Amino acid sequence: MGELRLMKGNEAVAEAAIRAGCDGYFGYPITPQSEVMEYLMAEKPFERTGMVVLQAESEVAAINMLYGGAGTGKMVMTSSSSPGVSLMQEGISYMAGAELPAVIVNVVRGGPGLGTIQPSQADYFQAVKGGGHGDYKMLVLAPASVQEMCDHVKLGFEKAYEYRTPVMILSDGAIGQMMEKVVLFDQIPRRTDDEIIKQCPWASNGRPKTRNHNIITSLDLDPAGQERVNLKLQAKYKVMEQKEVLYEEIQCEDAEYLFVAFGLSARICQKATDLARAKGIKVGLFRPITLFPFPSIEVSNVGNRVKGILVVEMNAGQMIEDVKLSVGCKIKIEHFGRFGGIIPSPDEVVRALEQKIIGG
Amino acid sequence: MEELFAKPEIRKPENIVYKKTDLMVDRPLSYCPGCGHGTAHRMLMEVIEEMDITEKTIGVSPVGCSVLAYDFLNIDMLGAAHGRAPALATAIKRMWPNHFVFTYQGDGDLAAIGTAETIHACNRGENITIIFINNGIYGMTGGQMAPTTLPGMRSSTSPYGRDVPTMGHPLKMTELVAHLPGVYYVTRQSVHTPNNVRKTKKAIRKAFELQKENKGLSFIEIVSNCNSGWKMTPVQSNKWMEENMFPFYQLGDIKVDGKLIEVAR
Amino acid sequence: MTEEIIIAGFGGQGVLSMGKILAYSGVMQNKEVSWMPSYGPEMRGGTANVTVIISDERISSPILNSYDTAIILNQQSMDKFEKTVKPGGLLIYDPNGITRFPDRRDINIYSIEAADEAGKRGLSKIFNMIVLGGFLKLKPLVAPEYIHKGLEKSLPARHHALIPENEKAIELGKELLQAIHLVN
Repeated sequence: MGELRLMKGNEAVAEAAIRAGCDGYFGYPITPQSEVMEYLMAEKPFERTGMVVLQAESEVAAINMLYGGAGTGKMVMTSSSSPGVSLMQEGISYMAGAELPAVIVNVVRGGPGLGTIQPSQADYFQAVKGGGHGDYKMLVLAPASVQEMCDHVKLGFEKAYEYRTPVMILSDGAIGQMMEKVVLFDQIPRRTDDEIIKQCPWASNGRPKTRNHNIITSLDLDPAGQERVNLKLQAKYKVMEQKEVLYEEIQCEDAEYLFVAFGLSARICQKATDLARAKGIKVGLFRPITLFPFPSIEVSNVGNRVKGILVVEMNAGQMIEDVKLSVGCKIKIEHFGRFGGIIPSPDEVVRALEQKIIGG
Repeated sequence: MEELFAKPEIRKPENIVYKKTDLMVDRPLSYCPGCGHGTAHRMLMEVIEEMDITEKTIGVSPVGCSVLAYDFLNIDMLGAAHGRAPALATAIKRMWPNHFVFTYQGDGDLAAIGTAETIHACNRGENITIIFINNGIYGMTGGQMAPTTLPGMRSSTSPYGRDVPTMGHPLKMTELVAHLPGVYYVTRQSVHTPNNVRKTKKAIRKAFELQKENKGLSFIEIVSNCNSGWKMTPVQSNKWMEENMFPFYQLGDIKVDGKLIEVAR
Repeated sequence: MTEEIIIAGFGGQGVLSMGKILAYSGVMQNKEVSWMPSYGPEMRGGTANVTVIISDERISSPILNSYDTAIILNQQSMDKFEKTVKPGGLLIYDPNGITRFPDRRDINIYSIEAADEAGKRGLSKIFNMIVLGGFLKLKPLVAPEYIHKGLEKSLPARHHALIPENEKAIELGKELLQAIHLVN
């Protein structure tokens, strides 16, 4: 077993980046995720592994530093919270277009605008539907624990390189700030420059005389060429949909009703499941772990066995659209949400199930 | 096509007086005839070839006329989002500290939308070379007013001339960054005469040598013409540049060895 | 076994670090734990609270609205959290700064004169450990050797010399506890 620690979600992300063999972190302070860079600066990964940590002048600069680093084949990460991630959308679109691997962590806070610094899940659409311009997707992971904050960084880098795509970890202020037990995976050595050159023959990191130049760009002025780029991206997303879906089912076997929730909301629904079952209500929980690709077939398999579904989110109703598209309209699907930084309580969720699904 | 230039018996290595650098890709440039970009590209590639650092050089191209620079320069390149080249170059140099990293940017890219990235990369003293092509106009999008457009100068978004009270002053980004302690070498050159081309090449060489020595950031402005955007012939535009641009954007070294050059300006 | 605890008081009373030491001790004993703070502007001079859950099973919601135990260190927290203790649950408070004493009759209530005693003995900085001691006497969730390990993990190395003093404060807390109202 790896090293056991009590850590904040934000700290776990930072430590996981070092251990995953990340080459560079570029970020800009914003609550509630500033601990990521604070932890990194205190931990001196430049001495531990040679990893670069740099405080950028803005989130815009940070995401473009990511683009630069990723374009040379280096393993790079940034983290931010909602307003900062909005600023990064252009850069993320460029990275998707140029097919650059990187991990981007969004520790979501309430919006719109400057909003609040309290936790929220209102950036689901932005993360899953492509918050920037153009037809692109990212692999989106939704950790529900500090352990997953750690593990998803490693998984994220693996998938980022497998698919040459930016990967987003969509967390929230509560998971970022809370501490839980974490089993840390062992240090993975950073790749040498030679290994990077071998692993990333596409990267622009200096042209040897044996090959022509590499170009990292998302531009193709010829519409036929740009259509080919789009088709290639779409084909890649199709493969991701077939191979990368992750989800969890809790007490679904005998369930008559179903909660569907991701991240922190799923943790609250798990408690609500226990509370409801103590009252004799047979409810289960379906938790998508990848938000893109969305576990459509899997949620519909469970969903079609129950009498009604309550989608619980810390937003005004975003993932419910994907649940409805997956399950169809044969059964009742309702949304329960708190927003603006309010976290729903487990018994509030049980009441909503009783009122909106069972009684409604 | 080669037979047009010399008879085979004359084409011998010992007779070669000039050869295009192999680092320029053999394809027509997308720049307007008369534009200075092609010459600036060639000087840059000649320096890299002469220093034999192709394998260790990474370039960043901007958005603007030189957005396709990576198509012409046979070195590894990244195309940046508009204005963000210094951010890319920062990360690249930090993670490949023994490589040579440069950005090649126009005035809209470097001095308008990318002001923050430019100033902060300079202020951090990133050990990179910034090549700044200043032609006082947005060439690629069709001749709009740039941060560097001269007072009274016409553009498609200042059709009656740049009106300073409402449109602001032209920005001397080069003088501005020269005051930052992280910046080691700052010079302003041009590529419109053979003599100036030689000086520009020397400046680029110096900047790359300084990178090798980890001296900090080198900033080379090349004042250039935009005959299309200025709506002139190439010859007229070079004359206009000498008469109007150079008095405002004076050529010469601004900071050498980390010290500002005192001149009456 | 699952114990759901809210610790609440003023920022600066060591509420968050008390929770952290308790949680880290739980980790060292290989229990599942979660530590969920209130955070944000209210931390600065206002009230601070932290939810700590220690369990033998995987923890579901880290955010709760009722608790097995409430440890209350100021009046605002008393007003907010007295009513959230589960029937039959436990409320521990420091009477220092409390103007309205708890009046529920369906929960066990103890007081602990930690602030007063800490002031007298020059232990103000580890006042929170005295309170923790009182809690651990009633709910010995974590064995003393794991508390020791928890202190080692929670405190920076430069403060490790102070661990014995912290442990003494925990023992002191066990003596200072006074039953106010008991259900059974």
